[in-house]
Amino acid sequence: MTEAMTGGKERVLGAVRQALGRNAPDAASLAAIKDRMTVAAKGPVPVRGQDFGAAAVARFEAEAKNASALVTRLDDVSAIPAFVAGFLADHNLPSHVRIATDAALASVDWAAVAPLLAETGPADPADMASLSVAKAGVAETGTLVLVADVANPGTLNSLPQHHIVVLHADRIVGHYEEVWPSIRQDGMPRAVVWVTGPSRTADIEQELLMGAHGPQMLQILIVGQPSAAES
Amino acid sequence: MKVQSPHFHDHIPGALADQNLQYALGKLATGFPVKRKEAAAKLPEFDALRDHARDIKNHVLENLDSYLDHYEAQVVAAGGAVHWCATAEDACAEILKICRSVNAKTVTKSKTMIGEEIAINDYLADHGVEPVETDLGEYIIQLRNEPPSHIIAPAIHLTKGQVADTFRHHHQDLDPARALEEPRVMLDEARARLRGRFVAADVGITGANMLVAESGTNILVTNEGNAELTYGLPRVHIVIASIEKIVPTFEDATTILRVLARSATGQEITVYTSFCTGPKRPTDVDGPDEYHVILLDNGRSKMLGSEFQDMLRCIRCGACINHCPVYGALGGHAYGWVYPGPMGSVLTPALVGIDDSKHLPNASTLCGRCESVCPMRIPLPRMLRAWREKAVEAAGPGTTQARGLRLWAWFAARPATYRLVFGLGTFALSLLGGLKGRFRRLPLLGGWTKTRDLPAPQAQSFQMQWRQQAAMQGRKTHPNQDSAP
Repeated sequence: MTEAMTGGKERVLGAVRQALGRNAPDAASLAAIKDRMTVAAKGPVPVRGQDFGAAAVARFEAEAKNASALVTRLDDVSAIPAFVAGFLADHNLPSHVRIATDAALASVDWAAVAPLLAETGPADPADMASLSVAKAGVAETGTLVLVADVANPGTLNSLPQHHIVVLHADRIVGHYEEVWPSIRQDGMPRAVVWVTGPSRTADIEQELLMGAHGPQMLQILIVGQPSAAES
Repeated sequence: MKVQSPHFHDHIPGALADQNLQYALGKLATGFPVKRKEAAAKLPEFDALRDHARDIKNHVLENLDSYLDHYEAQVVAAGGAVHWCATAEDACAEILKICRSVNAKTVTKSKTMIGEEIAINDYLADHGVEPVETDLGEYIIQLRNEPPSHIIAPAIHLTKGQVADTFRHHHQDLDPARALEEPRVMLDEARARLRGRFVAADVGITGANMLVAESGTNILVTNEGNAELTYGLPRVHIVIASIEKIVPTFEDATTILRVLARSATGQEITVYTSFCTGPKRPTDVDGPDEYHVILLDNGRSKMLGSEFQDMLRCIRCGACINHCPVYGALGGHAYGWVYPGPMGSVLTPALVGIDDSKHLPNASTLCGRCESVCPMRIPLPRMLRAWREKAVEAAGPGTTQARGLRLWAWFAARPATYRLVFGLGTFALSLLGGLKGRFRRLPLLGGWTKTRDLPAPQAQSFQMQWRQQAAMQGRKTHPNQDSAP
C-alpha cells in the first residue's frame, strides 16, 4: 500500500467518524456489525419464493420462460450431447461447443455425437455456443445462479451468442437466499452471476431488443428429478 | 463534467422547444412508470421490502466507519486493493496510476454514474488512455460527446433517427447508404463494433450498485451483459464506488435487489446481477489478474449526520426521475450536471455546493410523487424544501425574494390586515382580468407572462370562500374563530 493510499483512508474514515460523532473505532458499533454479519438474517421473503420440490421446478420453468429463456426438461445427463447437437443444427451453428469441465459434462459420451466438437477452456471470441452448469436455479424469478470458477469459466456465461445451461432439477430452490449459505461455505468464487433470460437492451426509444452484448439466446436444460419435498 | 446548473433557467426554453426531446420524453412517460406500477402490483410484499431496504441502509449509515473498515479488510483478503479517495481528483489520479502500471492503451467501461461524477473519461483521454463506453446508451452519447440525460437510460433524450445519424457520422468505414431505420440494425452494428474493443481492452472499469461488507464483493446489475465482458476479459478490473454503497450481507443485498429493478424499469430482476470478489483464483482459467476498488467520498461524509443523510440511502433506480413532472417536461440536460430529477436536485447541492445549484431545489412542484415511488423511502420533498431555505439564506437578506418573503411574513402575522389587503387585491385583479379571466402582461411579472398568461383570481379570496361555505353548512371554520369578524 502506498503512502497516498494510507493518507486517503485516514481522510475518508476520519471524515465519516467525525460526522458520526466519534474519533476512533467504536466498540459498540463493531459489535453490532459483527453480530449482523454473523446472523445474516433474511428480509421478507415473497410468498411466490417459498415453493420447493416439484412446485419450485414448475415455477422456475414458467418464470424463466417469462424472461424469454428457452427451457427443456431432460431425464438424465446422458441426453445432453444429442440435445446440444440438435440445438446447433436447428440454429445453423457450427458443430462446436465450448463446455465447462464440470463433472456432469465430463461423464457423458461426446464421441457419440461426432463430428460435434466439445472443447473445454475459456471461451474464445469466435465461439458461437457454450455449455455450462448452474450452481442453482431460483424459482422466484426463473433465475440461474452461475459461479465463475475453474469448473465453469466465467467467459462461457457471457461471450458466445448462444448459451446452454444445465440445471439439475434438485438444485432448484424457491428464493435467492437459499443459495447464499452454500456459496459462503464453499468460499467466495471470483464471480457469482444471476442470469434471468437472454441479454437485452431498450436504450433506443425504449424498444426492447434481445441480444445486446451477452448471449442472444439462453437455453436452459432442467435435468433429472426435483428433490423430495422438505419436511 | 463541469457544473452547468447555474444556467438552469437558460436551458429551459431550448428544452421545451426541442421537438426530438419532447417526443422522447413523451415515450418515457408511458414506459417506465406504467411498468413499475405493474411490477409493484404483482408483488404483495413490495412495501414490506421497501421498509426493510430503508432499515438496512439506515443501519449501515449509522455504522459506516465500521463497515468500511471491515469491507476493505475483506477485499484485501480476497487479493484485491482498496484506494480511498476523498475527492474526484484523487480518484482520477489513482485510476490513471493503475492504468499506467499496466501500460493500458484502451479501457472498456460499463456504465458508472460515479465515473460521470468524477469525469474520468475526459481525464483518461487527456492522459493518453482511450475510454470506451460499452452500455449501448452510453456508447451512443459518448460518440455524440454528450453527458447522460438519465441515470439508468442515458440516451433517453434521443430519437432513433438521431441515433442513426450519429452512427452514420462516426462509423465511416461502413456503407453510407446502408439501411439504419430499425433499432435492431443499430444495435447489431454497435454490438459488432464493441466486440473487438472488449477483447482488446487492457483495463475494465465498472461502477458498483452495492458493496457487500461481509465478503468484500461488488454487485453490478445490467440487462445487456456488458458488465460481465468489461470485468471478465481485461487483465485489470477497477471498481469505482462511493462510500454509501455498502450493505452488510448477501441477504441484505438480496432485499434491495428485489426492489431495485422493479422500481427502475419495472422488471422483476435485471437480466444479469454479478457479484465479484477479488481477482481470478490461482486455478481459474479466465478473469482479471488485478482487482482494485476506488472508494470515493467526494462530499458524502458531509451529508452524514446532516438533514440530508437520508439521501445516502439512494440506490440510483431512477424512479423519482421517471415520475417527476419537471423532468418529464425538460429532460435531464437542463439540470446541468450528472444527476437530474428530484434525486439530483437534492444530491447536486450537497456535492457541488448550493451556490452553483440554487435553482435546482426549485425545479420541483413538490407534488410528492418522487417520495411515493422511492424504494428506499427517501423524503425528497422535505430535503428539497431544506435546500430552498439554504439557498435563500445563502443569497442573503438583500434579494427580492428575501424582501418579498419578509413583507409577506409581516402581513401573515397580522390576520385582519392580511385579509383586508389580499381581499382587496384579489377583487381588484379579478376586475382587471375582465371577461377573459387572464392577463397577457403584468408589471414586474414579465418573466412569467412572456411564455404564458396569468389566470386572474376569482372575485373572492380562498379564505372568504371557505367562510361562506362553512356558514352555508352551519359549521365553524376553526375552533378559535368564534369571535372573528
